[in-house]
Amino acid sequence: METLAMHISNGIIDGPVAAVFAALALAALTGCVLRGRRDLDDRLAPMAGLVAAFIFAVQMLNFPIFTAGVSGHLLGGALAAMLVGPWVGALCVSVVLVVQALVFGDGGVAMLGLNITNMALLGTAAAYVLIAVLLRVLPRTPAGLAVTGFVAAMLSVVVASQGFVLQYWLGGTTDLGGNLASLAGTMAGVHLLIGIGEGLITATTVVTVAKVRPDLVYALRGLRPATVPTVPAVGGVR
Amino acid sequence: MGAGHGHVLYRESDSPVHRLPPEVKIVAMVVFTVAVVATPRSAFWAFGAYALLVAVVAALARVGPRWLLSRALIELPFVLFAVALPFLGAGERVEVLGLRLSEDGLHGAWNIVAKGTLGVLASLLLAATTTTRDLIVGLDRLHCPQVLTQIATFMLRYLDVLVGEARRMRVARISRGDDPRFLWQLRGFAAGIGALFLRAFERGERVYLAMLSRGYSGRMPEVWQGDGAATTGQWLVAATVPVVAASIAATAVVLT
Repeated sequence: METLAMHISNGIIDGPVAAVFAALALAALTGCVLRGRRDLDDRLAPMAGLVAAFIFAVQMLNFPIFTAGVSGHLLGGALAAMLVGPWVGALCVSVVLVVQALVFGDGGVAMLGLNITNMALLGTAAAYVLIAVLLRVLPRTPAGLAVTGFVAAMLSVVVASQGFVLQYWLGGTTDLGGNLASLAGTMAGVHLLIGIGEGLITATTVVTVAKVRPDLVYALRGLRPATVPTVPAVGGVR
Repeated sequence: MGAGHGHVLYRESDSPVHRLPPEVKIVAMVVFTVAVVATPRSAFWAFGAYALLVAVVAALARVGPRWLLSRALIELPFVLFAVALPFLGAGERVEVLGLRLSEDGLHGAWNIVAKGTLGVLASLLLAATTTTRDLIVGLDRLHCPQVLTQIATFMLRYLDVLVGEARRMRVARISRGDDPRFLWQLRGFAAGIGALFLRAFERGERVYLAMLSRGYSGRMPEVWQGDGAATTGQWLVAATVPVVAASIAATAVVLT
């Protein structure tokens, strides 16, 4: 069931619900485009492209979970929110989903609204709220940043998975009867495991970037500079 | 860098479908998929008709059935859910091969497999006949916001940068005595994922600055636009597929 939260394919959710979510996603993305345009400067444009490419590559890593008859993959919403901010971040994940749907048949085109709502909007929004709160609460150290990235990534994946459960409850094409609660449980459990992997990748990446190029981390803008000690190892990165 | 021209799924050819402008193909593919999804699941004949339509387009595009079907395996993990449905579903139970299965679940599974497969085949046909560059030009001509096409352009361009850096880092690890085998590769890879990201970014930043200094303004140059936007005639030609699909869907809705 895991893959569904990630990529709902055609025919899993009925048409009217898909249409409602498509309209919702379109409205939200319009907002993101308007806000994101302001954010997208010369430094953020290549970063946004790379974040999208990174998410695209990372989503290819599928973890089959044979016992549940499902497979899952990483999401990347938290990484995007951390590095390019919530608006551009949501756009990055959406672009990945659109290209996957159009070219690779990953997730149905008619279900794009649902997929964007779950992964790009819900996932990124949840991650950014957590990041904003945690960065204020936790100490301004690499460890604090790592914990922020880990927790935000892990929980955002679970939130995105519950978005699918909600959509299935509204318009699933097959009545699961009392099994919906168990669907929610399975989804949450499986995604918690995936979230741990996602959290580790997000934390490692963000901490490395913050150490070498703190100017690139959107979430650290506006906070006191020198939050993370700059390591003079830039030369090694060429 | 030979990036931005083809991609793994692109099939070099000069068929009538390849020659159609990308925006026309994108619209046709989306309308076709929506028509398929809107079809009631009990109208079995309609799905046969859709499959026939896909086969005709594939033949026109000179895409062999073997290539198409083996690439369609990508949806396997997605339809796994369908396998579970007959067991999870509620309501009437029917006896199939000695198993008590939910009738509603069986219908649901058929629904997902049929609609999912048709959707995957449609997008594979689009991918096989359109380069990624054309895809972005098409989205641009369909008035997709520039922020999105810009992110998409960089994403496709940087994918190669990312893969290249990963390969270089692997070679560097091996030449320093790392002996990766099977899963153990993952450890070295995971430890270096932050560095990989940074290296790819700094390379990508240089690519971006080079583009800026050559006059990049957020939109791709006219050269990319190629033969120009679609003519009315091309729109009409490509409209045949979605129109046929929509009439099948309408007939199916009326009949059931």
